[in-house]
Amino acid sequence: MFVSYKWLQEYVDLTGITAKQLADRITKAGIEVERVEVRNKGIQGVVIGHVLEREQHPNADKLSKCLVDIGEGEPVQIICGAPNVAKGQKVAVAKVGAVLPGNFKIKRAKLRGEESNGMICSLQELGVESKLVPKEYVDGIFVFPSDAPVGADALELLYLDDEVLELSLTPNRADCLSMIGVAYEVAAILGRSVKLPTIELHENNESVHDYISVRVDAQEDNPLYAGRIVKNVKIGPSPLWMQARLMAAGIRPHNNVVDITNYILLEYGQPLHAFDYDRLGSNEIVVRRAKEGETIVTLDDVERTLTEEHLVITNGKEPVALAGVMGGANSEVQDDTTTVFIESAYFTSPVIRQAVKDHGLRSESSTRFEKGIDPARTKEALDRAAALMAEYAGGEIVGGVVEANTLQLKDVVVTITLHRINRVLGTTITKEEVANILTNLQFTFTEDNGTFTITVPSRRRDIAIEEDIIEEVARLYGYDHLPATLPIGEANPGKLTPYQAKRRKVRRYLEDAGLFQAITYSLTNEAKATMFALETAEPIRLALPMSEERSVLRQSLVPHLLEAASYNRARQVENVALYEIGSVYLANGEHELPNEKERLAGVVTGVWHAHVWQGEKKAVDFYVAKGILDGLFALLGLENRLEYKQAKREHLHPGRTADMLLDGKTIGFVGQLHPIVQKQFDLKETYVFELDLEALLNVEVDDIRYTAIPRFPSITRDIALVVDEHVVAGELQKAIIAAGGELLKDVSIFDVYKGDRLPEGKKSIAFSLRYYDPERTLTDEEVTNVHEQVIKAVEQQFGATLRG
Amino acid sequence: MKERLQQLQQEALEKIEQANDLKALNDVRVAYLGKKGPITEVLRGMGALSPEERPIMGALVNDVREAIQRALEAKQATLEQAEVEKKLAAEAIDVTLPGRPIRRGNHHPLTRVIEEIEDLFIGMGYTIAEGPEVEQDYYNFEALNLPKGHPARDMQDSFYITEEILLRTHTSPVQARTMEKHQGRGPVKIICPGKVYRRDNDDATHSHQFTQIEGLVVDENIRMSDLKGTLREFARKMFGEDRDIRFRPSFFPFTEPSVEVDVSCFNCGGHGCGVCKGTGWIEILGAGMVHPNVLEMAGFDSKKYTGFAFGMGPERIAMLKYGIDDIRHFYQNDLRFLQQFNRV
Repeated sequence: MFVSYKWLQEYVDLTGITAKQLADRITKAGIEVERVEVRNKGIQGVVIGHVLEREQHPNADKLSKCLVDIGEGEPVQIICGAPNVAKGQKVAVAKVGAVLPGNFKIKRAKLRGEESNGMICSLQELGVESKLVPKEYVDGIFVFPSDAPVGADALELLYLDDEVLELSLTPNRADCLSMIGVAYEVAAILGRSVKLPTIELHENNESVHDYISVRVDAQEDNPLYAGRIVKNVKIGPSPLWMQARLMAAGIRPHNNVVDITNYILLEYGQPLHAFDYDRLGSNEIVVRRAKEGETIVTLDDVERTLTEEHLVITNGKEPVALAGVMGGANSEVQDDTTTVFIESAYFTSPVIRQAVKDHGLRSESSTRFEKGIDPARTKEALDRAAALMAEYAGGEIVGGVVEANTLQLKDVVVTITLHRINRVLGTTITKEEVANILTNLQFTFTEDNGTFTITVPSRRRDIAIEEDIIEEVARLYGYDHLPATLPIGEANPGKLTPYQAKRRKVRRYLEDAGLFQAITYSLTNEAKATMFALETAEPIRLALPMSEERSVLRQSLVPHLLEAASYNRARQVENVALYEIGSVYLANGEHELPNEKERLAGVVTGVWHAHVWQGEKKAVDFYVAKGILDGLFALLGLENRLEYKQAKREHLHPGRTADMLLDGKTIGFVGQLHPIVQKQFDLKETYVFELDLEALLNVEVDDIRYTAIPRFPSITRDIALVVDEHVVAGELQKAIIAAGGELLKDVSIFDVYKGDRLPEGKKSIAFSLRYYDPERTLTDEEVTNVHEQVIKAVEQQFGATLRG
Repeated sequence: MKERLQQLQQEALEKIEQANDLKALNDVRVAYLGKKGPITEVLRGMGALSPEERPIMGALVNDVREAIQRALEAKQATLEQAEVEKKLAAEAIDVTLPGRPIRRGNHHPLTRVIEEIEDLFIGMGYTIAEGPEVEQDYYNFEALNLPKGHPARDMQDSFYITEEILLRTHTSPVQARTMEKHQGRGPVKIICPGKVYRRDNDDATHSHQFTQIEGLVVDENIRMSDLKGTLREFARKMFGEDRDIRFRPSFFPFTEPSVEVDVSCFNCGGHGCGVCKGTGWIEILGAGMVHPNVLEMAGFDSKKYTGFAFGMGPERIAMLKYGIDDIRHFYQNDLRFLQQFNRV
């Protein structure tokens, strides 16, 4: 909403407060003033001139030589390039020495040999946007009414000495979509009174019912429809002040009748429509829902096909307006219009919103209906419009109003105690202060022993409950005066849940292990949605995606991490180590919320470790990735419950992939990217992993219990076992541990060999076994006994032989 | 004999003095104190002395031996010290060469901001509530006083999956769910961080996926002044002890009264600068008193209970705090961006 500071003074006294100060006060009280536009863009010395003579420039076809009275002694000669300049016009003249926007100084000049002492200005040259200039003057100079006083300040007459406040309204404050509404708000803030327009209505002796009847068939959409007939109007320009105000508010002037409807829309917030009575095609107005497939050509010359969800104004046969949105071309007011039917109605919001949405057509009218107007002013606005048409279009107001009215206006009454106000706000506002605020708001109320009974005016449709009154009091009392306290009451210690606490530790561990935390998008495309997923389900699709790339919810974090790796590689960042903790979404049937499961995934590629000048450089391999995970399981106390199993998974290298099992249940995988996928993402050797984080963090783990520090020496024995090459180290190790019993404390692998010194198809794995008894020093013999059992076990189970 | 011994001592001490490595010193030891050395020889010749002279000479021999011994030890220590120093000197390295790098990743800047906020509120007695990102229309809108047909819930602005299920547009449904779980009994004191989604085109200031942190306190005597005090505390801990906050009236369907909360500019201290666009204030939160409809729908008696709620965007806070100019950085995972948040 654009609020002209100058126009606003019609309704509320702004003495002693500048536009800027007013803007600050309004913002502080709750309606944000986005900006204050100074309409004068640096103009000086532009006055009204009277074109006394106009003749063709002797040396230029497109120029006119004019003699202009500018109210200063002798008339001056001005050369003008506008096609519409003519003798007798009142025009804006930038005198010699004047300044126009952009610091353009007007000097005495010679144009094609003829002297020019100033410049006749178009509105655009005075800084008015082209789209606001009346159509007839868009390509030329603006012509003022003949009564404009010669020598007067043109800026003042055009309201270009004005400042405009641009209000950014929250949806609850539709009341401020009108000058009067803003006036009430400003009056409440300043503690001043509101001056409403006076309406002098002179009706003739005829009856409107002899002209037209009204019937509303869709009462829910249109509880009130009222109209008047104004006859003998003469279409012409509206008064300059009205045009100036419309332009200040961002509306282009057309003619007196249309301008008056727009003026009332801005003044009262009540959209009106003027029909050419003689072009209506009947003597009745019927408001109804459109028929499926019915069409109307609206004022913008677009044919629109309607459905039963749209409301139309008809002449009993065909639509003459798309209710509340735009009039029809067939009944438009034109230059030869003499009798006008003015419609002032209250259309409810849903039906208007539907039309706006379906036709992509938003107008000043529809915006107000969508947000809700004040139906108590509908008829007053109608009267005011009729009175203005009588005054400024020479019309004659036919007696009476036609209306279809099923509106039931109920007063909203709110009762609230001073105690409650102070209890909710934490303030010590007095009874008198509350009363003062309510008075300034011009709310009617009674007060009895601290209890206020307030009748809310119909213009404030946003106020219905106690809290709304509390807000009114608070905002006008001033939030700056609100004390700052802390809640009193039961105090509970705040803390993380065990899951949240563990998740934070996991993050820190992974970061300290060298991975960076990534956050990627949850929405992906159909193909990537299920790639790498630990569990898959029917893809969950958005009903209305913005692009195919972001249309389906992911079931794995890996694809977007690969994209991130790829993104980095494309920017010369070759060494990438990222992890992400985030949700995947598994469908649960169409009407159920999906299962959202938290996953941990990672991607590592490039050089893992380098210390170049010392010649150290280690590329990422499977065991780098696995090492990170081993550390994670150790952190969570799960290293002994976790098992890796060789696995085959889609998109992963068939020989370099493992599933991870926790207590025998698969909870994730780690592996090298399949070369085909690697190429697809434009990556080099890359390893990925994904884990079911919830499974990992929710599992019960024993608390830490101290065990005695070893007091006796341990004994270490190494063995190198030769086995078939398909035997995996993990299985051998498991067997060794099982056979080693109580005394075997640690088993570690220190060498793996495959090659010339062993027979084809064989490999050797060397283990270091540490034996220890917490109670005593072991003898060599005891250890040898156990050790031999271990060897026997692996011989029997794997056909292992000791490497000589 | 006495002269002989004194002469030997003198000779030995001179040779010890002259020895310039451990081997030479050892040669001196063997030469003078060894079994075949001159002092042993002198001892052997003591049998020729009278019983009176013998103890006197014996004591003298011992004195000489001890003097030599002491000199040997002292010299040995000196030589050893020199040897060590020589060895160490040879071992010198260039300490200005780079150390072996420790690989270290770090939090995403959003996590950094979120955890900081979480910790701050945990310190004030809050717990962290989480909830689903794919939500029912009921919890996302209806339970928050946004009934069907409300203009603020245009289908165009949200990612719907079915008519009743959508990607949450804010973390407020977690508040609704938490209140419902409390079955009408306070206190509720939570903050809800999480991802949210809106149907926006991604550009420098919009992202279809972003994060939010909301807070909610419901109890029998919660006042709007408590909201102000709490947020002032938050602003001071987050942005510096001399920060102030101000409330500006606003509108949200789920709170009444509603306010926008500005923090005095942490860049210029409130004098006006580029960061605060010359106003001295930076808008950082939306907040208000929980709307009675929201309380009632979640099963709380709005005559007895009141509450406050607030919400903020970690992206915005991170952008302000670190001077980040494009919201898309948060989701591109460019390591050159992520690595910048690797220290205290």
